[in-house]
Amino acid sequence: MTEAQTISGADPHYNYGYLDEQTKRMVRRALLKAVAIPGYQVPFGSREMPLARGWGTGGIQITAALIGPSDCLKVIDQGADDTTNAVSIRNFFARVTGGRTTQKTAEATIIQTRHRIPEKPLRADQILVYQVPQPEPLRKLEPSEVETRNMHAWEEYGLMQVRLYEDIARFGHVATTYAYPVMVNERYIASPTPIPKFDNPKMDMMPALQLFGAGREKRVYAIPPFTRVRSLDFEDHPFTVQSWDKPCELCGSRLSYLDEVIVDDHGARIFVCSDTDYCEERRQDGEGA
Amino acid sequence: MDTSLFSQALSQEPLLQVQNMSRFYGERIGCRNVSFQLWPGEILGIVGESGSGKSTLLRCLAALDQPSEGEIQLADGGQWLDVPALPEPKRRALMRRAWGIVHQNPRDGLRMGVSAGGNIGERLMDAGERNYGEIRRVARDWLARVEIDPDRIDDLPRHFSGGMQQRLQIARVLVSEPRLVFMDEPTGGLDVSVQAKLLDLLRALVRDMGIAAVIVTHDLAVARLLTDRLMVMKDGVVIEQGLTDQVLDDPQHAYTQLLTSAVLV
Repeated sequence: MTEAQTISGADPHYNYGYLDEQTKRMVRRALLKAVAIPGYQVPFGSREMPLARGWGTGGIQITAALIGPSDCLKVIDQGADDTTNAVSIRNFFARVTGGRTTQKTAEATIIQTRHRIPEKPLRADQILVYQVPQPEPLRKLEPSEVETRNMHAWEEYGLMQVRLYEDIARFGHVATTYAYPVMVNERYIASPTPIPKFDNPKMDMMPALQLFGAGREKRVYAIPPFTRVRSLDFEDHPFTVQSWDKPCELCGSRLSYLDEVIVDDHGARIFVCSDTDYCEERRQDGEGA
Repeated sequence: MDTSLFSQALSQEPLLQVQNMSRFYGERIGCRNVSFQLWPGEILGIVGESGSGKSTLLRCLAALDQPSEGEIQLADGGQWLDVPALPEPKRRALMRRAWGIVHQNPRDGLRMGVSAGGNIGERLMDAGERNYGEIRRVARDWLARVEIDPDRIDDLPRHFSGGMQQRLQIARVLVSEPRLVFMDEPTGGLDVSVQAKLLDLLRALVRDMGIAAVIVTHDLAVARLLTDRLMVMKDGVVIEQGLTDQVLDDPQHAYTQLLTSAVLV
């Protein structure tokens, strides 16, 4: 397909990428600022989208502001490409841009995600867009927005450490398993919500650009390529990720994040890869059972 | 009085200097023309009836409020810091490092949803401590110092009695070893026997650590037990100040005479 044909596939009743051009410029300006100050939450004029707040409106606005005719979009929800939200968002962009979409991590140039970072390492020519429900890592500890902004401004992050302390005191280990706070570029604490802490190490020095959008909270933030991302911990309680006793039931991977799935009415359960594209590719390559 | 501390105090520069400080609320006077100096290791009491400007003065001193006129200067490493004019990051850093505030109601000073150990450890973690075992050790040590069973380190403050909450608050403030502590009615709302224990504890801690303190109270017995020097306030003005025993035993101002004769101390 040529570029012209791709664009002509778009629904003519909408502007390219759904948002009007002024709004896209506004979002891009916010994104440029976010990239310039890694981890800093930049306010932006979040728009109404044809989808409820909290369903990924922040991520969709970022994708809409970035996507061009040559882009190829992949959408992940809970690691899977075939869940309702992922399918709907992919179809939405196919309709308003007429552009290409894919389920293959390697083919995508923009990957919009909720809950996971793909298992396959990302490249420098890819952009990872996160849908973020709660951008403020300090929110549960400090209800005042004015106060949390001051705490970020003056790097007063002792309170964040108190939260980890409380976890260890209560459970013997840091029991936070998702939205595990990270220190970006040794300056701002950011929330990688809502990915599991299993994916936290992948954020460190990632070649791809990582953008975070929170539509309801009207904030974007970013981690530029090759930026240091450190998960918070204590010297004597270092950061660890989840591990499983068994490999994936379908592809036999011991390296990926596994979901527990109930398979019959008698409570039998198996563990399978949450990243469906990764799992499928391994099975096609003749791995696993 | 411990003479070594006394000579130490005499040999040093004052820690805090206040000159002609006033705080007006529009037409009304919060406090007016207050001047005093506070030396390291010294405890200054501010007494007076309700509405006499004690808390206004304390709030200005602790940089929680801005004075309308006058100067507040804090000694910091050989130079004088103009407290009301400090930029916010510097002020907040000082509030965490150099001074502490003990509130009348422990709920204002504690994080009620965080365990006792977390409450004590917060200032350590603010200062960059990242070793869990060390934070636990210091927290246990401080619980013992304020006479709370160290085994209750993981209990929430809301499961503590009022007196214990107040002692926990004191541990939380003193753990970072501040040079200056502001206390607003630290024994308010506690029964008499608990008050007495708390006063003993405070006196011992403050003397041991050589901390300077400003204590606001309406209770002359507390002033007598804890303070070296006393300021008596009425209608926003300091009407008498001097050594505590001197002020209480030989009051000069009519109002101070009235105040001291009203209670047995």
